[in-house]
Amino acid sequence: MTLLEVEDLRVTFSRKGSPDFTAVDGVSFDVDAGEVVGLVGESGCGKSVTSLAVMGLLPRRSARVSGSVRFDGTDLLRASPAQLARRRGKDLAMVFQDPMTSLNPVLTLGRQLTEVLRTHTDLDRAAAKKEAVELLGRVGIPDPRRRVGEYPHQLSGGMRQRVLIAIALACSPRLIIADEPTTALDVTIQAQVLDVLTGLVRESGTAMVLITHDLGVVAGTCDRVNVLYAGKVVERARREELFARPRHRYTTGLLAAVPRVDAPEGTALQPVPGSVQDRLPWDVGCAFAPRCAVADEACRAGLIGLDAAGGPAAHSARCVHPAELEVAR
Amino acid sequence: MTALDALPPTGPGSPDATGEASGEAGAGPWRSAWRRLRRNPAGIVGAVIVVLFVLVAVFAPLLAPYRPATAEWFGQVTPTSVPGPSAEHPLGLDSFGSDLLTQLLYGARSSLVIGVVSTGVGLAAGALLGILAGGIGGKVDTVVMRVVDVLLSIPSLLLAVSVAAILDRGPLAIMLAVAAAQVPIFARLLRASLLAQRGQDYVVALRSLGLRRRRIVVGHMLPNSLGPVLVQATLTLATAVIEVAALSFLGLGDPNPAVAEWGRMLVTAQARLDQAPMLALYPGLAIAVTALGFTLLGEALREALDPRSSR
Repeated sequence: MTLLEVEDLRVTFSRKGSPDFTAVDGVSFDVDAGEVVGLVGESGCGKSVTSLAVMGLLPRRSARVSGSVRFDGTDLLRASPAQLARRRGKDLAMVFQDPMTSLNPVLTLGRQLTEVLRTHTDLDRAAAKKEAVELLGRVGIPDPRRRVGEYPHQLSGGMRQRVLIAIALACSPRLIIADEPTTALDVTIQAQVLDVLTGLVRESGTAMVLITHDLGVVAGTCDRVNVLYAGKVVERARREELFARPRHRYTTGLLAAVPRVDAPEGTALQPVPGSVQDRLPWDVGCAFAPRCAVADEACRAGLIGLDAAGGPAAHSARCVHPAELEVAR
Repeated sequence: MTALDALPPTGPGSPDATGEASGEAGAGPWRSAWRRLRRNPAGIVGAVIVVLFVLVAVFAPLLAPYRPATAEWFGQVTPTSVPGPSAEHPLGLDSFGSDLLTQLLYGARSSLVIGVVSTGVGLAAGALLGILAGGIGGKVDTVVMRVVDVLLSIPSLLLAVSVAAILDRGPLAIMLAVAAAQVPIFARLLRASLLAQRGQDYVVALRSLGLRRRRIVVGHMLPNSLGPVLVQATLTLATAVIEVAALSFLGLGDPNPAVAEWGRMLVTAQARLDQAPMLALYPGLAIAVTALGFTLLGEALREALDPRSSR
């Protein structure tokens, strides 16, 4: 069953004195109940803006959002602020990137946890406090009874991210959007926190949109993956498919840039040349063409559809020279 | 605006990025500020002065040898001389024939009451405007801030004088007059402080949890914005003491000329400056030291609350 259906989402930022910037340029993806879906791409591809738009957290004045975000039957983009507030935190919640700044520094962890509980459930003070201790325990914080009275600055980054996860999970939402949940953490802590997050999500049947630039994170957690580039989905597939047979040239580039344990010794990592700034407008051609080794005129002949690469609908890529075909040639 | 910019932004806690569990058990951000405050010698001097001032004000009836503003010994005051220190009157008499020490001690009391009440009223009104402007934003912000700009464009003493002149003379008028001059300062400060909070990650995170705006502003952003306001309130107490004295000096204070009030004492001392300079020196000193105490304490608080300052 489809829980979240994002269709043709477009976010344009406009500021007086500078040209409009389209950060998200017609992104569509969907998430089934209980499923983990990845949104992958490098900085500036529109991942975070997509998540903020879905949550309705973009500033109304400077950001124009169009398209539709259907969550469990209602279009969140057309919901009133009050309707949105009722669902946020209760039905869909978000885990943010930076645990250092995403907690209120002057309130205890307990206060911050019970507040969500008391907003969305009818637990009384004592019951909410008890639940808060329980939640801290569930995300693997030792001695939760003591920690519940502490302030954010007394916790390490990893612990704080666990607290943020506990807050997001407090009201058992049906969907969690995790925006780079491990990026700000030490590598050693990343795996632990990711385990806690995916473990709890799987256990409770919560669906998750996992936003990351780290293909390693995707490989370990996601059911399906959407690769984003310059505000559009360029490739979409089940996780195993994507890693076994990447088709879009950008995806292959990303995979070539990941260090592998099984690579022959001395093999250099291949960075994707250029940066996101060197991009074509999508209606002129493939935005990735300026950085692509195999790009030709066909890549600059107007908008390319997500079905351009051919193949099964479950694995589509917005590429006229997809990787596999070249191998076959 | 520069004075406001200099105040510490109280953003999310001190960047204490590493360490599994740093700080002492149960130590909130306020407690670490308290720890820093205690290590600041200037702050301690300020705190001592302020505490002494408050104690004197509260216990004036016990400390003072006589009752205030009695003019009991008016017979001893002649047009050309005021009796100096004696066994009965350690600081001598004032020009109305009251005990000078008693007048000074009771003067602390009226300064404290007027200072605290006026700062309290100014803080409350200013904070309300600041919360409206910074918390709601948009048109409300524009309207409130234009009103505040108009108030700010009037020199604060002039504003206080105008209010005192419009209202009846008396302690209440003085308090409201001094308060009126503080309102725009607090409003601006709190608004700026709240605006700085608005873009913080934790505020976005709270919105993502479905908390209503009022809840976020009052329950989360406000406590994070109070540091600069607290500092300003302390500094304002110093200004208030001076301003009260100034208003009395200008003749806008209590109509009773013999009242125990430092500014008023300065006025009456003026006429006898050549015969009895001590009559002006003591209240002048009292005003200066009290203002200094509050200023030192305020500055120390500012440093202690600044998350960037080292401990």
